[in-house]
Amino acid sequence: MGNLRIIPRLDIKGPNLIKGIHLEGLRVIGDPQEYAIRYAELGADELLYIDIVASLYGRNNLSDIIRRAADKVFVPITVGGGIRSVDDVRHILRSGADKVAINTAAIARPELISEISRMFGSQAMVLSIEAKSQGPSRWEAYTDNGRERTGVDVIEWVKRGVELGAGEILITSIDREGTRKGYDIDLIRQVSQAVPVPVIASGGMGTIAHMVEAAVAGQADAVAMADILHYKRMSLDEIREAALAANLPVRKI
Amino acid sequence: MSNLNITLLDYGMANLLNVARAFEHCGATVKIVDNVESVASADRLVVPGVGAFEQVLNEIRSRHFDEAIRNFCKSSKPLMGICVGMQMLFEGSEEFGTHAGLGVMPGTVREVPKLTVDGLAQRVPHIGWSHLVEPEYGRDWGSTLLKPFVGQNPAFYFVHSFSAQPEKPEDRLADCMYGGHRICAAVQRDNVVATQFHPERSGEAGLTLIREFLKW
Repeated sequence: MGNLRIIPRLDIKGPNLIKGIHLEGLRVIGDPQEYAIRYAELGADELLYIDIVASLYGRNNLSDIIRRAADKVFVPITVGGGIRSVDDVRHILRSGADKVAINTAAIARPELISEISRMFGSQAMVLSIEAKSQGPSRWEAYTDNGRERTGVDVIEWVKRGVELGAGEILITSIDREGTRKGYDIDLIRQVSQAVPVPVIASGGMGTIAHMVEAAVAGQADAVAMADILHYKRMSLDEIREAALAANLPVRKI
Repeated sequence: MSNLNITLLDYGMANLLNVARAFEHCGATVKIVDNVESVASADRLVVPGVGAFEQVLNEIRSRHFDEAIRNFCKSSKPLMGICVGMQMLFEGSEEFGTHAGLGVMPGTVREVPKLTVDGLAQRVPHIGWSHLVEPEYGRDWGSTLLKPFVGQNPAFYFVHSFSAQPEKPEDRLADCMYGGHRICAAVQRDNVVATQFHPERSGEAGLTLIREFLKW
């Protein structure tokens, strides 16, 4: 297998980097550009930006933030939040993104997944899923940052999304997000086993042990993390060294 | 004196802007061109590529870039192919059927193995950072564009489902390992260098390689 990718997740509201719990209760962290540059310098394998209010208001104010980042940061950038059409995708890719992460608009109109992957390649089409537990080994997909139920089963949806052309899956556990209690390993594993494409685990990273669990038991190909980095509980280089010490295959810098 | 003018080939498919930004960051002046005449007069040509081989080659042929790229390769001027821009230099690809490439280098483009050498399922596409290793038959990086990395195994960013299999071992510049398989990561012959990975998305290592290309 390839190296596990370590991906700082930057949730954005307006001009600010923010952090929430269960995708709510938001707190302002600072200027996203400052954090993006530091994370890239310390060896982030990619960056993930999610505009957490764009899907509520049907707009996207991320392009300026992405354009500024793309001038300084030369690692892959994935952008999600409020992207509704092929034109929106073109706009954000031209701003400097490499991939888009689509949740709400894909649930509303699944063919959008095919349109994006045909136009820009499946490597640019990341299906973003916000999952909430509905009892043992059952999860429902939510939209609009964990606010809206869809009635859609996560495992069925992830399979359908890949058939339609998604090249990668971003799976966020609403239950674990911002809690530092660890990734939802059962969720990550079931998603990983359901599809042949790479899976990014998101939500709950609090310790190195959580990352190891996500990679080994969960079979994730990448781990997104926010809280642990933004609040400086651990730095990216410490995380990378700890991962190597735990025999996880990560990029050596 | 190094020449910092780069001509970036636009054939309507690849997202060129991040390639342009990375070269500009390294001090280059980037000209994005979409016509055959500008290719012929370029000092240095960069051919990016994202997407399916057949579609890319159709776009290249319909704009008559196939002949222009072949001719440029025969000049002594530096050319860098990236990702599908590397794959297209070979004789053909097995992606969604068999399709002819430009035939600048002998070899075929084949799917990345879906099983590891131990027979376990592995993810395709191969997405992420992989470390470069010397090819099986060796290559002295000291006399190539990988000169800054002699004695190291730098990691670069890959995203691909297919990869080139050069027929001539001497064309091979570097490999990476994926599931125990050797994947051709880069080739270099005379004035032509090409990478399966994306130097424009590979952080400092990528920028270092781009600076080497600008000095070449």
